[in-house]
Amino acid sequence: MFEIFGIPSQALFGQLLLGLINGSFYALLSLGLAVIFGMLNIINFTHGAQYMMGAFAAYLLLQHVGVGYWEALVVAPIAVGATGMLIERLFLQHLRKLDPLYGLLLTFGLAIVIEGVFRNYYGSSGLPYQVPEALRGGRNLGFMFLPNYRAWVIVFSLAVCLATWFAIERTQLGSYLRAATENPVLVRAFGINVPRMVTLTYGFGVGLAALAGVMAAPIYNVSPQMGSDLIIVVFAVVVIGGMGSIMGAIITGFTLGIVEGLTKVFYPEASNTVIFVIMAIVLLIRPAGLFGRSA
Amino acid sequence: MERVVDPTVESRRREQGWSVNVAFAVMVALLVAGPFVVYPVFLMKALCFALFACAFNLLIGYVGLLSFGHAMFFGWASYLAAYSAKAWGLPPELAIIVGTATAAVLGVVAGGLAIRRQGIYFAMITLALAQMMYFFALQAKFTGGEDGIQGVPRGRLFGVFNLANEMTMYVFVLVVVLAGFLLIYRIINSPFGEVLKAIRENEQRAISLGYKSERYKLVAFVLSATLAGLAGSMNALVFQLASLTDVHWTMSGDVILMTLLGGLGTVFGPVVGALFVITMQNYLAPFGQWVLVIQGAVFVVCVLLFRRGIVGEIARILRVQL
Repeated sequence: MFEIFGIPSQALFGQLLLGLINGSFYALLSLGLAVIFGMLNIINFTHGAQYMMGAFAAYLLLQHVGVGYWEALVVAPIAVGATGMLIERLFLQHLRKLDPLYGLLLTFGLAIVIEGVFRNYYGSSGLPYQVPEALRGGRNLGFMFLPNYRAWVIVFSLAVCLATWFAIERTQLGSYLRAATENPVLVRAFGINVPRMVTLTYGFGVGLAALAGVMAAPIYNVSPQMGSDLIIVVFAVVVIGGMGSIMGAIITGFTLGIVEGLTKVFYPEASNTVIFVIMAIVLLIRPAGLFGRSA
Repeated sequence: MERVVDPTVESRRREQGWSVNVAFAVMVALLVAGPFVVYPVFLMKALCFALFACAFNLLIGYVGLLSFGHAMFFGWASYLAAYSAKAWGLPPELAIIVGTATAAVLGVVAGGLAIRRQGIYFAMITLALAQMMYFFALQAKFTGGEDGIQGVPRGRLFGVFNLANEMTMYVFVLVVVLAGFLLIYRIINSPFGEVLKAIRENEQRAISLGYKSERYKLVAFVLSATLAGLAGSMNALVFQLASLTDVHWTMSGDVILMTLLGGLGTVFGPVVGALFVITMQNYLAPFGQWVLVIQGAVFVVCVLLFRRGIVGEIARILRVQL
């Protein structure tokens, strides 16, 4: 045990770790938002609710079907992603020609509906979800105790983020996607089914949110309102990073998680608001966001 | 955003002005008769929210800016009005001025930041700033945290009228809200309002014509925030309470729903929408969480099928301006 700036190392690194975990969720969620925005030109307000649905899917799978964490990690994002595709087919595709603000309003309404339904059946108190067997316990790194599950969350979400970046920026499918973002009419003329691609993209973005939800389930309690406050912070993250760049979203997400963790150590009163304050400062200095192209 | 036909030619407006006059007369008549039929506190709540929604509509309906953070103006004005009336013992008129001024100052700061980005980002920034102000309200000592500021005295207006009397309070609220309503109507039909509409239609062209669009947007934002603050201050006096509910993002959602349901960019839409939503919340209260679900569903239906809103549809069918 030693001290840094008068703070015990255990507390400092503990908060840093928690910050990195929050950062992984920010990164996964803002990544999903950026992917959806690129393709649909819609800010998906339902994202927080879909993150919550991911956590609930894991919980329900375990409670009622006996399906554990590892299977849930695959099943929940696919299931929630499928509901997302349904939402895109049923609602969002009709808004394509309208002002993008209508997409925001519609997804906001959907978020309220989803959260309300879950609250009605599961109340507002959190439901516990056990850490999977293989990841219980932790290891002592000398300067801090590292719970295995938390290490897993950080490593795995970083891997998912980088894989997404690779898929979009370096593969052929990704190049179709980027082309369709730039000029959907032309890409259609080349014989690519753009509407289907839009649906799949929305499903993928939603799946990322659900994946984050499954990973969050053992760390936070599973509760209906777990997504609504988070999504507002993620919006601030998106404003700070700008939605033009996939890598930008990842870097901004992790960095802001760390900054928030450090604030919890040095000035806990501001930990809830620090990201919003950073957003205000970035708006003053670089209105387009750190990685954004000017609108 | 989609908008109702908007005659810019002066003569056409004079021709169509009668429909607004008639509707205004009907509205005033109903509101004067209202407290003899309906519980006055309920009507006062509806009136405060009508003003709140009108203020919000000034921004979305006439400048095309979607603020997702109007709860911060409503809520913080409500806190400051409540605090100044209770802790400093200010008379109601001064407490309302303190609350409204708070919202104006907040409007300058939040508006100055938010107009630096357009469209969808504007909405996200206002939402984030409002969330920040929510946390400040949660942590600040004077707001009373989860309890809020309770038992706010209504006091005597100008030292004469005892507002503890429900009917006196009702008349006061009615006069203030109507004054706010007329002010907004005046603003949207002034040369300044025409420039706002021009910016809404085509910002680049407005800029090329020499209008400093940022400055116009900021003034409109501050006006909207200030009037939202007036509504919040009145609401605090009506209920003798300021609480976290007033600054929470759900409040911003409510005011968007009211305006959307009533009709974006219509003069009377926000009033009708506010009445609908408040009535709905009132009568559906026993259903608990289902109110939220229904409200969300109304949102979805409005966006998908009913973008003109109630008043917008009536205006379209009757072919008049409302």
